[in-house]
Amino acid sequence: MSDRPIAERLLGPDGPELGCDECFEFLDRYVEAEVAGEPALHGCPRCVSPEACEQAGACLGMRAHLEGCPACAEEHASLTALLAGS
Amino acid sequence: MLTPEREATVGCMQRLHETAVPARAPLDADSRAWVAELGLPPGRRDDAAARLHAHLLRVARFELGRRRGALPSLSRGELDDLAVQAADDALVAILRKLPTYRGASRFTTWAAKFAILEAAVKARRRVWHDRELTLEPEAWEHFGGAGSATRDLEQAEQLDAIRDGIRTALTPHQREILVAAALNEIPIDVLAERLGTTRGAIYKTLHDARRNLRAHLAKMEAA
Repeated sequence: MSDRPIAERLLGPDGPELGCDECFEFLDRYVEAEVAGEPALHGCPRCVSPEACEQAGACLGMRAHLEGCPACAEEHASLTALLAGS
Repeated sequence: MLTPEREATVGCMQRLHETAVPARAPLDADSRAWVAELGLPPGRRDDAAARLHAHLLRVARFELGRRRGALPSLSRGELDDLAVQAADDALVAILRKLPTYRGASRFTTWAAKFAILEAAVKARRRVWHDRELTLEPEAWEHFGGAGSATRDLEQAEQLDAIRDGIRTALTPHQREILVAAALNEIPIDVLAERLGTTRGAIYKTLHDARRNLRAHLAKMEAA
């Protein structure tokens, strides 16, 4: 079982987030940026007003989804580990 | 009222649905070669497809290696069979989706995510293969160890409010999915397979349930 508090698991991330299909679509460029130490703003490549995302150094919609979806979070962690080790 | 951070993300999300697919980025030489060779007609692309399969198999083995602890009953051979199946399925998906590759990442990274997805889904399903999926729609009534002396008052009040929200603010389907995925931690791809739907649809239900729950809590706080 997860170590995350029950309330956190039930309520999920606060704020808008991508869906699983969008997360998968943008995962490759998002992880490449993270591994390169660049701002991972590629979750929403069509966004033209990403001030908050730029300030956070990551697409907030993508970040929220990875907090809320354990399956996508696992795949994000795996791709990150793969690229970091290659 | 939205905070500036949330407002910007809403804008982000709206743009995502309003704007067309971005133009193809300039490809690096390696990615360009993959796309050119895999874009050849069947028969002439076999060599590139075989090399791609070998890459996908390495990635699938890497992914299953990370999950080895969750699959103790599988022999080394069975685990490798799973990796081969994942690589096969990833190759089919990649060849089908090749026209959608925009070059925003290296081709090998783009391809690797398909192998990771296939291997991860197969591993999760294997873990749950022989387990009965009890959706336990009433499990929410007991979470949080009601009456536990170790819980502080604030946490107890929050959990009581969540419990009330699950009872009153969710549809039966939302309640079922929230309890299964968030409380009982059944992986959403396993749920999707057993319920005959997609992972995206399950997550959408989970997302809507969470949104309703948060709205319920906000209403309770404001009252």
